[in-house]
Amino acid sequence: MAVTALFGAKIKRREDPRLITGEAKYLDDLVLPGMVHAAILRSQYAHARITRIDTSRAARVPGVVGVFTGKDFLDVNPLPCAWQVSGAKHNVNTPRVLEVDHVSFTGAGIAVVVAEDRYTAEDALALIDVEYEPLPIAVDAEEATKPGAPQIHENAPSNICMDWSCGDEEATERALRTADVVIRQRLVNQRLIPNPIEPRGAAARYDPGTDEYTLWSTSQAPHVHRLLITAFVLGIPETKMRVISPEVGGAFGSKIYVYPEYPLMCALARRLGRPVKWMETRRENYVATTHGRDHITYVEVGAKRDGTITALKVKTYANLGGTLSTIAPGIPTTLYGRMLSGAYKIPNIFCRVVGVYTNTGMVDAYRGAGRPEATYVVERSVDLVARELKMDPVEIRRKNFVPRDAFPYDPVGILAGLKYDSGDYEKALNKALELIDYGGFRRQQEEARKQGRLMGIGFSSYVEICGVAPSAWIGLGGQGWGAGLWESGNVRMHLTGKVVVTSGSQSHGQGHETTLAQLVAHELGVPIDDVIVQHSDTLGTPFGYGTYGSRSAAVGAVAVYGSTQKIKEKARRLAAHLLEASETDVVFEGGRAYVKGAPEKAKTIQELALAASVAYNLPPGMEPYFDETTYYDPPNCTFPFGTHACIVEVDSETGQAKILRYVAVDDVGRVINPLIVDGQVHGGVAQGIAQALWEGAVYDSNGQLLTGSMMEYAVPKAEFFPWFETDRTVTPSPTNPLGVKGAGETGTIAATAAVVNAVMDALAPLGITHLDMPLTPRKLWQAIHGRKEGAR
Amino acid sequence: MIPAAFDYAVPATVEEALKLLRKNPEAKVMAGGQSLLSLMKLRLATPPLIVDLRRIRDLSYIREDGSRVLIGAMTTHAEIERSPIIRRRFPVLAQAAEAIGDLQVRNMGTIGGSLAHADPAADYPAAFLAMEGAVQVQGPRKARTILAEDFFTGLYTTALNSGEIITEIQIPIPPAVTGSAYRKMKHPASGFAVVGAAAVLRVGPDGREQRLRLAFTGAAAHAIRATAVEMALRGKAITEQAIAEAMQHATDGVEMLEDLFADREYRAQLVRVYGKRAVMAALQ
Ligand SMILES: Cc1cc2nc3c(=O)[nH]c(=O)nc-3n(C[C@H](O)[C@H](O)[C@H](O)COP(=O)(O)OP(=O)(O)OC[C@H]3O[C@@H](n4cnc5c(N)ncnc54)[C@H](O)[C@@H]3O)c2cc1C
Repeated sequence: MAVTALFGAKIKRREDPRLITGEAKYLDDLVLPGMVHAAILRSQYAHARITRIDTSRAARVPGVVGVFTGKDFLDVNPLPCAWQVSGAKHNVNTPRVLEVDHVSFTGAGIAVVVAEDRYTAEDALALIDVEYEPLPIAVDAEEATKPGAPQIHENAPSNICMDWSCGDEEATERALRTADVVIRQRLVNQRLIPNPIEPRGAAARYDPGTDEYTLWSTSQAPHVHRLLITAFVLGIPETKMRVISPEVGGAFGSKIYVYPEYPLMCALARRLGRPVKWMETRRENYVATTHGRDHITYVEVGAKRDGTITALKVKTYANLGGTLSTIAPGIPTTLYGRMLSGAYKIPNIFCRVVGVYTNTGMVDAYRGAGRPEATYVVERSVDLVARELKMDPVEIRRKNFVPRDAFPYDPVGILAGLKYDSGDYEKALNKALELIDYGGFRRQQEEARKQGRLMGIGFSSYVEICGVAPSAWIGLGGQGWGAGLWESGNVRMHLTGKVVVTSGSQSHGQGHETTLAQLVAHELGVPIDDVIVQHSDTLGTPFGYGTYGSRSAAVGAVAVYGSTQKIKEKARRLAAHLLEASETDVVFEGGRAYVKGAPEKAKTIQELALAASVAYNLPPGMEPYFDETTYYDPPNCTFPFGTHACIVEVDSETGQAKILRYVAVDDVGRVINPLIVDGQVHGGVAQGIAQALWEGAVYDSNGQLLTGSMMEYAVPKAEFFPWFETDRTVTPSPTNPLGVKGAGETGTIAATAAVVNAVMDALAPLGITHLDMPLTPRKLWQAIHGRKEGAR
Repeated sequence: MIPAAFDYAVPATVEEALKLLRKNPEAKVMAGGQSLLSLMKLRLATPPLIVDLRRIRDLSYIREDGSRVLIGAMTTHAEIERSPIIRRRFPVLAQAAEAIGDLQVRNMGTIGGSLAHADPAADYPAAFLAMEGAVQVQGPRKARTILAEDFFTGLYTTALNSGEIITEIQIPIPPAVTGSAYRKMKHPASGFAVVGAAAVLRVGPDGREQRLRLAFTGAAAHAIRATAVEMALRGKAITEQAIAEAMQHATDGVEMLEDLFADREYRAQLVRVYGKRAVMAALQ
């Protein structure tokens, strides 16, 4: 039957036609009657005191409606930091809507011009005179903690925001002392710029009649934006604001957060009595939107001579930028330190993370958020041990894997009570080996090496954490996230048999409108075209936490699924009433309810929806209408895993590393739509490879972003890659009834280490064991030819 | 991303365009806009008047006139890339055109605009030098021809005077070209040449008598001819070994560019490698 095939079917994304043909409406398409436009003046200095701002020339430009500085908004609270990780004291410094007298990174907003059009606003911006008193600058997170480093915030001695740890330090030290071999390595996980195709923006309208605001923002989490902006920043009732995310053109995490511009637009709309819109330029996006990663890590890994890993000790300096973004502290701690066991049984683990302020842009979650950094540390460490012991990198992985029968697996307590839900790590590895023809490649490599060619293979066997939700674990009673993280899903079936699904999750490219419709059509037994999915508007959707951390399937879809079950049950009871049968005898299957053994006399779900709506013949006590909401709070997170394998060749004349083959075997649990999962894997792998080889945000010692545009910052292009060979194993998650795990981030999590491991394998004959990313041609050429950095 | 205000004129003839330029010394001509508009959006250029050349007929053509190939200044990169004349006579130029940006850029950008803009990392300039071309220029009062070797004078600067418009690119057809090629390392971010090498090679029947023209882009403030390499190879049999040796002179006396992606030493290596690769490809 067609319906049963919907779960797991390769259905083309229903949202794509409007996205591809340019019919979709993004924030920049929004035009409101009487709307004026804002442009923001951003600090040119990375660290300075602002001694004077003179806006008078700007204010006189014809067409300018108003010019404001931070002093005009002293009644607006600083933005909240919504995730202060438990177990560590946080010295919190968050941005204000406009900074008043102190700036801690280039790009911090210090004044705003509102004008009849954006051109005029930009003209006037150039006429604002600012007097700065430059202050000394700290850029590097490790250096910033040293004595004598410039002090950025009064409340954060040594520029430390928080000093956090997990695991057993003493036991890990002890295990390192008794290990046969100990490898020590400094690893830099460089800063990345997320680069969604659509930059950020916001438009706000204030209605003086009702004292209500409407905010359109490029948001991954409209309900959370409303909550934080009203209750925390503006200090108004949450009910006085509606937040709408129009179509959102990608985010990669960078649109989770509340940024200064959003409450600023609300405040301006009220003050000016006119709707105000601000749309970020790409240059602004580079300096004012959050960045990702930026870790300096010291890793010590101990092992027995046979390759058994006995201890992992990690110290990481996490650069958080000049001020804290919304959930910045949680990323390098809960989502990083707690995942450092990787796919392995490591008996002793200790991790300390120092979160550091520097005079750079804010850092927060970026696709993968903590898990790519953890995977990189673990997967590089495993390879370094293998190299030291002259072991095959595949064998050492096999030897240390959490075995199939060990699930649910507790990685020696560092997950703070959670357990890896399910897994078969060796199966995914074997599949990857087979696909890439490991034996064949090693023979080819031997030949190539004889000719002086530098070919290598690299693996990354990762485990990650998705469906981050269990509120008791993540929330205030657990990891310190400032709320719950359950998700909502409402399903309504109208009189006409059409189905409306609303979700508190939010699609900014993930294809919710397809996946959720597929799931609902599958469950209710209705044609998929009869299902529409609505999200991204606080009016009309139940409260929900939004989309990030690959949680839309593992949490959001499960909530929707819950509501379909409630409707099915109600439909079944209604059918029993109409068929004059006993409820216990009626079954619901494939969109029809009938008495067991008599499927020919069935009531279709559409007939039942009609009956429930007209409601003149309902069983006693039954409410009219099919309308069910579920708030799903899972008992555990989900733990996708897999093995990625990559073959590279390095051109010794130019240092260019070329990816010859890339194989991704992922296990994301059960798959609702393979096409969408493949798309997610492809995109993530591209971003992960790009981190390994090309991308990297670079600040100079003055805190100026040298990679300030796409002319310098290498966003990868399709032509850089071979065809990605994707495959899967399917180990259902026992955590949720759908058996799904989450598939949005596996690519960025796995790919980076696979590529770096491959390049290091290629350079192995030269005795090179490690180079930091990005492995640019110059860096590789210098290493190959024994020059400067990296030569070892 | 949001340009300053400007006026916009669309003349129908070169004469009209020249007149507009004479009246507005600060005005800028616009060809494909693929370099100019970015500068304006960043407000690095704020011309009060844009004189758009795109409606001027007869500035877009590729034809042979016996001893030369003539290319109208408004000919797009895409047209050059696909032209059978260029592909047959000057693969080096077709390959340079092909290596520029992406399809949209190649459909809009023009050879006149690219040469006038004189980006140190642009692709055409190397080919232009190696082919020993010239530009035909129309000024307010007179027309003149500028040889390739005299054209580039510095970073984004050329021998063009203000108020002058390039109308045509002229390339002499040498008696017997054996081969020509353009090889480039693309900057992973911008796609421009980190280093690009253009080689035009003529080899006599005995394999000895040969004449090489080799030029680089991306290496210095403007594209340069590698005369030292050309000299070093003079009269020698062209072998990979000989080329590699000659390339040791490729950066003699050159003030090398340096940036985040490539320091001087590495850039010099790229000059040697891509120079060798271009000559080898030209040999094929
Ligand atoms: C995304 C992107 C990628 C690119 N990648 C590359 C690349 O890889 N390699 C590369 O070489 N280039 C690249 N370019 C630049 C592109 O080739 C431009 O087309 C070219 O540099 C300028 O040509 P244009 O016709 O667009 O000139 P315009 O931008 O219109 O003008 C450029 C300058 O030349 C002047 N000018 C234009 N025409 C004339 C004329 N006939 N006479 C006198 N002055 C004139 C203008 O006044 C202006 O100062 C890229 C551009 C973009 C946007």
